[in-house]
Amino acid sequence: MNYWPLLGVLVVIIGFMRRWNPVLVVVAAALVAGAAAGMSPARILTEIGEGFSRNRYLLIIILTLPVLGALERAGLREHAQNWIAGRKSVTPGRLMTLYLALRQAASAIGLTSLGGQAQTVRPLLAPMAEGAAQAKHGRIGPETRARLRAMSAATDNVGLFFGEDIFIAFGAVLLIQGIYAENGIVMEPLHVALWGIPTALLAFAIHAFRLRRFDQALAKAIADENARGDDGHA
Amino acid sequence: MLDITHVYWLCGVYLAYIAVQTLRDRQHGKRWSTAAFWALLAAAFAFGDAIAPMAMGAMVLVIAGLAGFGGVGSGNYRSATPAQREAKAAVLGNRLFIPALLIPAITLIGVLFLKNIDIGGTPLISARQTTVICLGIACLGAFLAALKLTGERLPAAIHASRGILDAIGWAVLLPLLLAMLGAMFNKAGIGDLVADLLTRSLPLQQAWVAVLAYGLGMVLFTMVMGNAFAAFPVMTLGIGLPILVARHGADPAPLAAIGMLTGYCGTLLTPMAANFNIVPVALLELKDQNAVIKAQVMTALPLIACNLILIYWLALP
Repeated sequence: MNYWPLLGVLVVIIGFMRRWNPVLVVVAAALVAGAAAGMSPARILTEIGEGFSRNRYLLIIILTLPVLGALERAGLREHAQNWIAGRKSVTPGRLMTLYLALRQAASAIGLTSLGGQAQTVRPLLAPMAEGAAQAKHGRIGPETRARLRAMSAATDNVGLFFGEDIFIAFGAVLLIQGIYAENGIVMEPLHVALWGIPTALLAFAIHAFRLRRFDQALAKAIADENARGDDGHA
Repeated sequence: MLDITHVYWLCGVYLAYIAVQTLRDRQHGKRWSTAAFWALLAAAFAFGDAIAPMAMGAMVLVIAGLAGFGGVGSGNYRSATPAQREAKAAVLGNRLFIPALLIPAITLIGVLFLKNIDIGGTPLISARQTTVICLGIACLGAFLAALKLTGERLPAAIHASRGILDAIGWAVLLPLLLAMLGAMFNKAGIGDLVADLLTRSLPLQQAWVAVLAYGLGMVLFTMVMGNAFAAFPVMTLGIGLPILVARHGADPAPLAAIGMLTGYCGTLLTPMAANFNIVPVALLELKDQNAVIKAQVMTALPLIACNLILIYWLALP
């Protein structure tokens, strides 16, 4: 057996640990794996070109950016912040828990593009989380702001990942079904999808619990940060 | 009829506009290389089906080089001042949410209804990648609504979006390149090699060792490849079917479903999953490259443990 193509994996791992630019690491790994498998330079270029063309759909999310551009110039993020700040019972953790539930439920019925980092997190969820924290704790410093934003992004990811796998027409379920079918195991997509439910529930429970703790830790973090005299411009 | 090619054209036109604006942005730190990057990407999008795969491969190397060696910089995006934004937000109020919500709303309507419409026998929207096509239509519709509502001019809105694009920079390419890498690894037979090594080096006759190897293998391979889809065939054909199903009598359905979700936990932990973990860092203007991953670690690790127990408990007899 020719083990040399594993060098491609090694390139990824080393690049990962040395923190080289991921774009270069991925391209280098593709070149190395192709060459080690005995492909000609022309064949390698063809594989790269085809792989790129076929997956262009992964990038169409950029089409949401002009919408964001127009709305943000008109103060969408500021408005989202003010809007949530008027609702006193909303804490950042509760807001994100609600979002998590909605995102998971929507993804589970196939509506994965209802949310997303560009579509909902940047314009709506993150500013609202900041607004809720401000309404409750007053001024918040840059560290707390960064934590709120990172947790908003994380919540969107968790909601998406552990919702979409329940949807029977989702790629993962079809991939599973397809690979099994090739190997002589025939099953209905629904049969696979239902087994995603226990993990989906656990993911919600774990992340929602963390969001509760997040709320409690937030008050302390803000107090600490203000005591150190951060003025919000650091 | 509308198909995915038309959406690619739209992306091409948009990126070409970005390239032109970059060229004319004299305050741009890396004006030429940034413009070249967006222009080449525009060409790759718009003419992806016409360009010969080999030439496309060479183009991808140039685009990746520009992105990877720091060719994408930042410029002057003619942003509105905070005071201007506050003033406008005060006038527009909740109406500002409408265009943002139009994106999912139009996508949903498209997926549910538009795909059933046909004109003279040909369907209005291609049945392949319907959701992506509808998302493209939705973005266009929402953009027009946003321009009308806010009274912003087209160039100003595109300038603002160019700021976001430049901030995302190289990360914009990564999902595509990773998909390409997955295909390349497949052709190079890496899946079989990994499976071969694992089955030789671990005592997989123990059921719990096999469960651990399968689950943690999913996590690690997903972290390397940036997505669970690339890891799944490797681990399932390498360990899942031959060892867990054939030798230990595991039920393939829960094994695959929970195994895949264990891989998703790996996605939460890796910078290679750029569109989920790195792009938001740029979108949210965070300083720490790994801020989103750090926020996810304590959800991912307990969930991995739960999944391993679930596989052992639900899949094995």
